[in-house]
This record gives sequence, structure tokens and C-alpha cells, in this order.
Amino acid sequence: MINFQYARPNEVADAVRQIAADPRARFIAGGTNLLDLMKSDVEQPSRLIDISRLPLKSVEETPDGGLRIGALVPNTDLAYHPLVESRYPLLASAIMAGASQQLRNMASTGGNLMQRTRCYYFYDIATPCNKREPGSGCSAIEGLNRMHAILGTSESCIAVYPSDMSIALAALEATVRVMGPGGERTMAFADFHRLPGDTPERDNNLEPNEIITAIELPPQGFAKNHSYLKIRDRLSYAFALVSVAAALEMDGEAVKEARLALGGVAHKPWRVEAAEAALAGQPANEASFAKAADIVLSGAKGFEHNAFKIDLARRAIIRTLTQAANGTPQSQSSKKIR
Amino acid sequence: MTMQAIGKPHSRVDGRAKVTGGARYAAEFNQPDQLYAVVVGSTVGLGRILRIDAGAVAQMPGVRAVISHLNAPRLAYQPHKGGTDPANGERLHVLQDDQVRFYGQPVAVIVADSLDHAERAAAALAVSYAGETPVVDPLDAKVQPVAPQAGRAGADRSRGDADAAFAAAPVTVEASFDMARENHTPMEPHATIAAWSGDRLTLWSKSQFVVNEQAEIAAIFGMPAANVQVICPFVGGGFGTSLRTWPHVTLAAIAARQVGRPVKLVLTRRQMFHTTGHRPRTLQRVALGATTDGRLTSLIHEGSGETSRYEQFVEALTSTSGFMYSCPNVRTRYRLLPMDTGTPTFMRGPGEASGMYAVESAIDELSYKLGIDPVELRRRNEPAIDEAEKLPFSSRSLMQCYALGAERFGWASRDPRPRAMRDGRLLIGWGVASASYPCFFSPASARVRLLADGSAEVEAASSDMGPGTYTSMTQVAAETLSLPLDKVRFSLGRSDFPATPSHGGSQTMSSVGSAVRAACLAVQAELAKRAVADRRSQLFGASIDSVEWREGRLSRKGDAAAGPSYSELVTGAGGSPVEAGASAARDAAIAKQYSMHAFGAVFVEVSVDPDLGLVRLRRAVGAYGAGRIVNPKLATSQCIGGMVGGLGMALMERTALDPRDGRPVNAHMGDYLVPVNLDVPHLEAHFVEEQDPHVNPLGVKGLGEVALVGMAPAIANAVFHATGKRVRELPIRIENLLDV
Repeated sequence: MINFQYARPNEVADAVRQIAADPRARFIAGGTNLLDLMKSDVEQPSRLIDISRLPLKSVEETPDGGLRIGALVPNTDLAYHPLVESRYPLLASAIMAGASQQLRNMASTGGNLMQRTRCYYFYDIATPCNKREPGSGCSAIEGLNRMHAILGTSESCIAVYPSDMSIALAALEATVRVMGPGGERTMAFADFHRLPGDTPERDNNLEPNEIITAIELPPQGFAKNHSYLKIRDRLSYAFALVSVAAALEMDGEAVKEARLALGGVAHKPWRVEAAEAALAGQPANEASFAKAADIVLSGAKGFEHNAFKIDLARRAIIRTLTQAANGTPQSQSSKKIR
Repeated sequence: MTMQAIGKPHSRVDGRAKVTGGARYAAEFNQPDQLYAVVVGSTVGLGRILRIDAGAVAQMPGVRAVISHLNAPRLAYQPHKGGTDPANGERLHVLQDDQVRFYGQPVAVIVADSLDHAERAAAALAVSYAGETPVVDPLDAKVQPVAPQAGRAGADRSRGDADAAFAAAPVTVEASFDMARENHTPMEPHATIAAWSGDRLTLWSKSQFVVNEQAEIAAIFGMPAANVQVICPFVGGGFGTSLRTWPHVTLAAIAARQVGRPVKLVLTRRQMFHTTGHRPRTLQRVALGATTDGRLTSLIHEGSGETSRYEQFVEALTSTSGFMYSCPNVRTRYRLLPMDTGTPTFMRGPGEASGMYAVESAIDELSYKLGIDPVELRRRNEPAIDEAEKLPFSSRSLMQCYALGAERFGWASRDPRPRAMRDGRLLIGWGVASASYPCFFSPASARVRLLADGSAEVEAASSDMGPGTYTSMTQVAAETLSLPLDKVRFSLGRSDFPATPSHGGSQTMSSVGSAVRAACLAVQAELAKRAVADRRSQLFGASIDSVEWREGRLSRKGDAAAGPSYSELVTGAGGSPVEAGASAARDAAIAKQYSMHAFGAVFVEVSVDPDLGLVRLRRAVGAYGAGRIVNPKLATSQCIGGMVGGLGMALMERTALDPRDGRPVNAHMGDYLVPVNLDVPHLEAHFVEEQDPHVNPLGVKGLGEVALVGMAPAIANAVFHATGKRVRELPIRIENLLDV
């Protein structure tokens, strides 16, 4: 870790001014990812702008019946917030599927969106990596890529975005509110993260010097029929090989409306609206779910060590939709999969 | 006052120090004026160093030295083979030439006035290489298997004609197994603080074998061993990785000498995967022949394991195959696979754990082929003697372990058919496997001082990586001296304490425990000798043979009156502490009369999600015949730890090497997976009562390794019972079970 300057603004506008003044500055909130990256020399900021004192810690109902979540609300607080637990249990579940209690206590809502990939090669500065060092090459494409992407990959990068929380936010059609030197703007969640293309160094579509201030949820929370299923090699403190967020609006035995997003498979939360549309009006059974899964995975491409993730994702989608339809969401405490 | 210290579930005597931060680990012995060293490892897996641009980093803030093969002292590297060093080959000579033999090999060490400055300079040091593609995959066609050189373990063994018997057998099983490389990944990283005073060197260094580290460093630097002192009172997890003296210790000493100040060197987690040993990946083949009623007629066990190009690391891969089962025709074959890697080393249950995974899996396969319960199959092939050595067992309670384990587990209610047991959607599997590990007893010594206040100080070099050496040795001394536990203070972890063998091989209780007991008896003898010669003593003039120790007092035989206590005897002798040392070693004659091993039976229940390929361990019961149990509380804890290690071996642990450069890519606690609390269900350890007067004076067999051996095959066997699919590689992962 290199030495760095440290600043702690109290106002959002001040934070934006400070980051604009130093191109090598980084915001730090909980630090649960940034400090790891700094210890590995992947990130070498000249200045850390500690945003933990900014007034972005509230969870409020919006006039339209949705929810606005301040960017600095800790993951733990959000998962246990009564309005989230009651109206957006899919989000609470996804948060609880991630990290460990200690990390969730520190991690912020906005920071969760900013998590960087856990690709082994990205973390090892002795290897080429286009995301870390544009143009140096990708070590994973022909290397050990068991944890890597099967969807939306490019010839530059096959890294996956590791968040759990964001997979639920994608399914719930959240909005990201950001502030920059030019003022405030909003982005649909689907537009926030990017595919790697030939610029894998960019994880998302934040402009330079912008800061996330809030996440907004629409009124529809799918509280009755939802599930978040995370498939991983051990039961805690492990990133997803595949995760699925499913949310259904049921009409008797049939699906009225569906939302489906995948984690662990791409450079961003993977959501295919055609698959959701294909579920609408269909009976909630394995055949419908399998068809949706096939649509989601139609363009999937495996690499030497991760081709199994295509089959695994298909199975996980069917299982998660079944859990959602049955109203038996995956428990994040017992982890027993029903 | 009757003391019964041995056999009681005493809590750790060092427990309070550990949980309050009072226990000091190697890196915590900061010295005045200390500097900091950071190792720079090779970023190619094979080749030659072309250039090291030391000049630029030497000018960086705080940098005091940049040491590489270009300016490192030529070290003596005198021949030295400690008990934990490979018998064949020559250890890595660090910074002595430009050759890169494996990925991460140290090529330079930076010394600076702070850790930050040293890390900055290490990151900035430009090293260029002429790199080649290393061979790191045992399946690579370029790998040339070699037989371990004669003179040590690992020789091929044969009795009867195993191949002919296999060909003729009415029922056969033949299977190949591939077990991944593992790294020890203890919580505490390797760390050394080196300080020179003239030509004397002190090392505060993480070690499971301080006297060997002393001898090794003395040999490397060509100096008398008496000039090297190694200190390590606590080890934060070892599992074998601290049995050898790895290159970083030498680097710390080189650095400290170069800068003339104490130097602290702590390996990073990533570096822990490079130069501090690993459990070698193994490839094995097992062929079994049996009669239709389940009598083994042939057992063939062939295996090979990774080693480096410069040393032959030999482990006990096939050693249990000769005596676990009664079988007239047995053939074992062991080969090494030299590759461009650092030398592997002992890791908990070295060889036995890997070898028994293969054989116990094959025996399980045979049980299904025969339609015989796997416990019953083992009973039918239980040998009366060690048929390999043609010796009786000093004790063997394997069948009692099976009986006890089966009862506690509820094995009788198992439906033997694969896929027959369910919990909702989940497939349930019950599996079982045997475990065994030899009872080593190596020469050890200890020293006891009795003080005027009646308390005792006991010392032995030894180590305590977690089993509770501090506590168990305190118990042995307290029992032998008939003192309460709090009157005994046991110290370890200094090379100037009486020498002991490696704190590995499950031999600390047997070896050091026997030495402590002998030293306690010796100090009693010394006190008695003084008492009968002391005119002021009530025992003056008595013959040594006419006095005896009763409950901490020296009395005349046949005289019911209590004699003088330790305190009175020491005070009477002038008040200076009375000291005695003693050694213990196995009687060579006994070693030729008995085959000595600990045994165990492990029962597990797993669930497998048939849709998602997910395996979960749901419970496990281990039953062990391990001689006398000195402390049931610590022994249970040790067994549970071993079972967790076996769980990791079965389902998670795998060091993944990038074949392009030999880089361990998952060299991180977040990527090299070991079980976390949620993965570990209720685990039970039970002990079969066993009295074995032959293994050592304490009758203990050692538990550390046998507790891990057997767990992985039991889990693999349970996965088969659950799914009907035999996965013959470890770890068993999701992708292995998506088709069940």
C-alpha cells in the first residue's frame, strides 16, 4: 500500500469538488474492497476522500411508494430495515447472502455497486490484465477461469462482477442517483454496470468525479414470490459461481410478471427481459422455467474451466423460480436449499 | 492428596494468554532498532535472472539494502539433513545463483526502515528473466517418474503375487484417483526476526522444530550451532509447514547481517503458497481382488506424488496398504514426479491421508460390488497381525472403533442402496472409512527444576502449534511429581532447552511426554540422593532403595508417616533449585517386536442436492484407538480440528497452478477455500479405551494426524452412497456432480 492523503468532507458537493481536484483520488466508504485492492497495489490512490460523514445514511419512502436508500446505509442496516424486510425481502436476502457479518457491517450500499471483480489475475499485479492495465492482455481467457464469465464476455476480459446485492437491485429495477460537478442525474440500474467490450477498465458508467448518492426502488417489491439463490463452493465468505434473483407476480397458478437476474456469470448483473416476457402468462412449472433459462443462457459461452456454469446456471434458474413461485424463498441463515 | 492430572479434561493452561493477547508469536518479538525485510519472488516459473535493477530502488526512501544473488554473501550451506528434510537432494540455496527453479522463488530481499518502505521498494524492483515454461502438471507428458532413492521410506513392497491373484479374483475393483495439491494455510504467516550480536545469531521465528532450525541455520552459515538461538513460544497453526527451515529464515539472517541491525521478515499470504511447502498432488491406482464372500485376495496400490527437481520429498503414500487388511498378495509401488516447483513438505497425515483416500475409496467400491456392508467387509479382512512386517500389533482397536462409531452414528439403520436415503429433494449418503497413523517415538529430552517453594519448572525445546503441548506436558509433570497443575510451569520453544524431535508426526506426546516423565523421575532421584546424604535430613543414612515417593513426599518404604515435601527437601538442601534432565527413546528391541499404529473409524452423513451438485457434510463421528488419552478435552478438540481438515480436503482445498508459469493463482484466503463455521456441522470424537504398554512409557499413540486421515474417503464414500456416482478426484466440487 502506498502512502496517501486523507480528507473527510461533510457535504456531497464538497466531496465532488475534492475528487475533481485530484484525478488519482478515490472515495472510500466502508473500505471493504478498496483496502484489499490497495494492499495488493491494484489501486494506488494519491488521496482517499472519506465520504463516511456525508449525510447519505437514511432510508426513506418516496412519494410514489418506493424507497430511497442513502448510498452510505451499511449493508447490515439495509438488510434488517423493516421496510426492506417487509416490502423488498429479495434485497434483504441477497445482502445476507454476501460476505460475512463483519464485512456487511462495514460495507455501504453505494460501495457495493462499486465492487471490483475478484478475478485472480486482476488481483495479482505480476500478471497481464486488461482491466487493471489496459492493453496488457487477459490472463484469464486462456488461464484458470473457473470463476469467470459465461455471458457478455469480450476478447479483452471475462471477469465477473461479484456483488450479490446488485443482482437483487437489477431484478427490482432500481434507479441509481448520482451527483457530479454538473449536478444530479439518475441511471436505470441496468445502465449502471457495463460489459467489458474493449474497455474493461471501466466497470460502470459513472462519469469521472461522480458520486452515488442513493438507490431508489420502485413501489413493486415482489414481497410474496421471490428468492435469491447463491451457488458457491462453501457456505459463507465465498463469491458466487452462479447466483439468481427471481421475483414473480403470480396470478393463481400462472406467472403474471417475472423478473430474473443472474450474478457470477457476467461483468454486470445479467438480466434478459425476453426471458421475463416469456414467463408472463405461463404456468409456473418447470417447463416454463426451463424455457426462460434457455433464453437467458442462449448466448452463453464457456471457457476451459467454467463451461459447467452454463448448466449450473440453468439449474439454478429453474430452482430459484420454483422457490419464488412456491413462496419458499431461499433461507440465507440455514442455507438449506429447498 | 492423590493427583490424577493425566486423563482429566483440563482447560488449556495458556488459554488466558492466547485470548488476551498475552501469547507472543514470532513477529511480535520486535527488537530495538529493528529494520524490515520484504522478499521479492520470481515472476517466472523457470529460467534465469538476466538483470536486477537494484540501483533505482536503493535510492528510494528508507531503503537500507537491496540483496540479491549479485551481492548476497556466499553461504557455506554445509550438509545438514534434519528429520524433516528430504533425505535425497539438496535444499534450495537462496540468493546463491541466477537460476529460477519455481514460481515465487526468492530472487531478492529488500531491507528498509519501515515495512511500507520495504514493500514500496520490493514492488518497484525491476527484475528481468530469461523465462521458460515450467512443468507443473503431473499429467504433463514431459514428467518423468522416478523411484525414490533407496534408504528411506517409499520403497516398493510386495508379498505373494498380487497381479496374478488380481487376474484370478472372482470379484475385482480397479480405480484411479487424483488428489489436488494443498497448502497448509495456517492463520499465522511465516515470520522471522533475526538479530546478530557479533557472531551470535538470535532468531525469533515461527517453527515447529526449533532445534532443527538452529542446526540448519548454523549449517547454512557455517557457524557453530551453539551460536544460534531460535525462540518460538507459540505457533499460530502449523499443520507441517513450519517443520522445515524455509529460505525466508536464511534471508532474514542475511539481511540482518548485511545491515547490522535486527531485521523482521514476514511472508505475505501470497508468498505462503510459494516457498513453504505443500501437500503434493497425488495420482493413484488401486486394484483389489476378492472372493465372493469378501475375502481380499489381492491388493495393489500404486501412487505417485509431486516433488521438486532439487529434492525428493517422500511421504507415506502406500505405507498403510501392507497392514490395514489381511491379504496374501499385496504389491505397492511409489514414484515421484519431479517438476518445476518448490519442494513439497509434510502436511497433517502426510501420505497416509492421501494413500488411504484411494484405498479406502476402493474398499468401499468393493463393498458395493460384493453387496456386503462396508463395515462388515472390513471386519472380514481384519488381520491378526501386521502381515507386511510379520509382527503383532502393539495394540489395534480398529474393530472396536467401528463398533463404537457405528453405535454412536446409528449405522445399523442405513439403507445400503445408493440413492435410497432422502431428505425431501436431497439425497442423503452415509459413508465410512478407516484411518491409521504410525506411533512414532523419537529421542527427546527434558529438564526439571524444583524450587524452594515446592513448585516445578519443566523445559523442553518442543513446540505447541495448537494440540496443547503446554497443557499436556504440565499434566504429565504434575502427575509424575504428584503436584497440583498450578505448581508446574512448563516452557517450550527455545533451542537452548533440551532437544526434542519435530513437533510433527503425532509424536510430541509420546516423545516429549516420555522425556518430561523421565526428567521428573530423575529430579526425584536427585532429591532422594541428596536427602539420604544430608546429615540434617530425617532420611539421612537411609539407602536409596529404602525410600520412595508418595504423593509428593519422600518417605521410607513401609513407614506410613509422611516424609519431607519437595519444598522441605529443596530448602533443606540449601534452597537452590534442584535440577535434573533426562532423555527418553524407544527401546530398539521393542520396535522390532511390535507394529505400532493408531487406528480410527470415521462415519459421516452428507447431503447432495441432485439438481445443483451441492454436497454438504451434515454430521460426522470419529472413533479412535489412540492409546491413553492424556486430556480428553484437548484430544476431542484436536480430533475435531483434524476432521475439519479432512472436510477441506474432501470438498474444498485445491491449490490451482497456472500451467503457463507455475503460479498458484488462488494464493489468497478468499480463493483457497478451507471450511468456515457454516460448513462445519456437529462433529463427534470418541475414544476407545486402549492400554498399550509397548508404544512408550505413557502409553499414548498420538492423535494429530489420525484425526484427519479417513475423513476425506468417508465423505467421498458418502457422496457415492447418496448419488450412485463415484467421484475419484479431490476435492469433489459442484462440476463433478451436476449429472447425478
